[in-house]
Amino acid sequence: MSELTLTVMRLGFLAVLWLFVIVAVQVIRSDLFGTRVTQRGSRREGGRQQAARQQQQAAPPPQRQQSGGRQRRGAPTKLVVSEGILAGTTVALQGQTISLGRAHDSTIVLDDDYASSRHARIYPDRDGQWIVEDLGSTNGTYLDRTRLTTPTPVPLGAPIRIGKTVIELRK
Amino acid sequence: MSSSTTHTSTIGAIGAPSRRNTELALLAFAVVIPLFAYMNVGLAISGELPPGMLGYGLGLGLLAGVAHLVVRKFAPYADPLLLPLATLLNGLGLVVIWRLDQSERLQGLAKASFGAFSPSAPKQLLYTAVGIALFVAVMLLLKDHRVLQRYTYISMVGAIGLLLLPLVPGLGKNIYGAKIWIQVGSFSIQPAEFAKIVIAVFFAGYLMVKRDALALASRRFMGLYLPRGRDLGPIVAVWAMSILILVFETDLGTSLLFFGMFVVMLYVATERTSWIVFGLLMSAVGAVSVASFEPHVKVRVDAWLDPFNKTVIAETGTDQIAQSLMAFGSGGTLGTGLGQGNSDLIGFAANSDFILATYGEELGLAGIMALLLIYGLIVERGVRTALAARDPFGKLLAVGLSGAFAIQVFVVAGGVMGLIPLTGMTMPFVAYGGSSVIANWALIGVLLRISDTARRPAPSPAPNPDAEMTQVVRP
Repeated sequence: MSELTLTVMRLGFLAVLWLFVIVAVQVIRSDLFGTRVTQRGSRREGGRQQAARQQQQAAPPPQRQQSGGRQRRGAPTKLVVSEGILAGTTVALQGQTISLGRAHDSTIVLDDDYASSRHARIYPDRDGQWIVEDLGSTNGTYLDRTRLTTPTPVPLGAPIRIGKTVIELRK
Repeated sequence: MSSSTTHTSTIGAIGAPSRRNTELALLAFAVVIPLFAYMNVGLAISGELPPGMLGYGLGLGLLAGVAHLVVRKFAPYADPLLLPLATLLNGLGLVVIWRLDQSERLQGLAKASFGAFSPSAPKQLLYTAVGIALFVAVMLLLKDHRVLQRYTYISMVGAIGLLLLPLVPGLGKNIYGAKIWIQVGSFSIQPAEFAKIVIAVFFAGYLMVKRDALALASRRFMGLYLPRGRDLGPIVAVWAMSILILVFETDLGTSLLFFGMFVVMLYVATERTSWIVFGLLMSAVGAVSVASFEPHVKVRVDAWLDPFNKTVIAETGTDQIAQSLMAFGSGGTLGTGLGQGNSDLIGFAANSDFILATYGEELGLAGIMALLLIYGLIVERGVRTALAARDPFGKLLAVGLSGAFAIQVFVVAGGVMGLIPLTGMTMPFVAYGGSSVIANWALIGVLLRISDTARRPAPSPAPNPDAEMTQVVRP
């Protein structure tokens, strides 16, 4: 085997090996930047808009809102943990019930001293409005500053507080 | 409401794609590279295409295909990179082991010391098949990694049991001064490789429950959080355990691995830098005291400090480290080319503990960097899995397993390159050795299972019949 062939093969092999590493890193890139950024017109913060819209529901419908789906535009698409050990965790809302608690089969496992094993659940009702319900927890579930006693609709961006964990629904 | 007032864009997750096709493409790539290397070795050594090329290629391709189909069926959202990376390492390992089988020097050495030479590459292919089988078993039997949480303390007992097995008289086997093997039939097994995974389950389960006590109950002293005495208990117990392994089995690598893994997991669980400081201090104390009292370890340290000294070589009885350093040196930047190095001068253990020296010589710095990057990528995917996991147990387990993998790579590569004293551990996937390959495939299986759970989109809408019907009435 000629010296030249072997040298070409040697360098070729190193090139192929590095190509694999680079391809693998490219796959990771999509994971690191795996979010979609949607541009839209500037708008005020969600909570106030939500409150404003609920007033507008009674008033004649404004132009910028489709008349059909009552909750379409205001519907939250994800649940975000904004404080606590799990801060930063998000769960996409796709019509499923989200269970919260220390039990390890919960959708969000709260490792929080003040949480019960089955603490609360968040689920959509028939109209697509998200409801939070306390499941008889010891230390209670708070929506804004009120302790929940019955299943309560969750406005967009309102903090749901369980122990040291705060959860919000966001668009 | 504390959200930003004038945001003009929202950031949302892309509906998680399963990425199985990416995995398949990379997997095909990962099978082709070892085939190319195989061809390369054959042409360099004998000037013709090696006869077993088709067999090894088909074998590796078949195993990779089975693993891929199982992942596609049972863990569709698992990480797309872990399987191809592990397959590539395993394939490259097979090629280099086969290349060292061709060395007449090593064949002669084997005939001189064992009376007969048997090639290692076919056996390694067999071990790979067993490893993939275990990987498939993990995928099939472990539907949800959170089940492991129930076996926290059983895992502890199991891991200690596995570690003690080599000390059982009649079962344990003392090979070259280290009692880390057991003999079952004609196979020798290294239980510590499996104990690594089992003990990660224990650490994860234990730290998940105890981490608040470990993180919060502490006094501040000179910028460090000093833990309470009773919270120090577990770390001291693990430390003592690893020192005992070191003393009774003279297995420097495993004790370093266990202690390092525990410190990593403790740090991740509590976010307290003081644990790292304590861990480093305790391992320094342990290493120094054992090195000064245990003759076997002392020899290793001498060989590390002065590998080219004639009296030290006479004392150790082998010039392996010196030969290994020479191999790395003669490789240079681009290497001598596969099949054209003289790393077989290392002699005994050239294809297991010292296999990295062959890569260093024949692929050069460029090749070794790529190899270490591939290991780094596996660890990165493991840590990424931990970040994505939604339950604390899964997070800790993924961090522990990838931490153990990283520490093992560091300990072996550092030992062979002369950065730290040499320990009797094997490079995951590339080195010859059944236990190591099999256990690491199981480790990859567990990581894939956790990443499948973590990346899977939230479950389909649960039936919710009583959403409207039931009124909760409370006094």
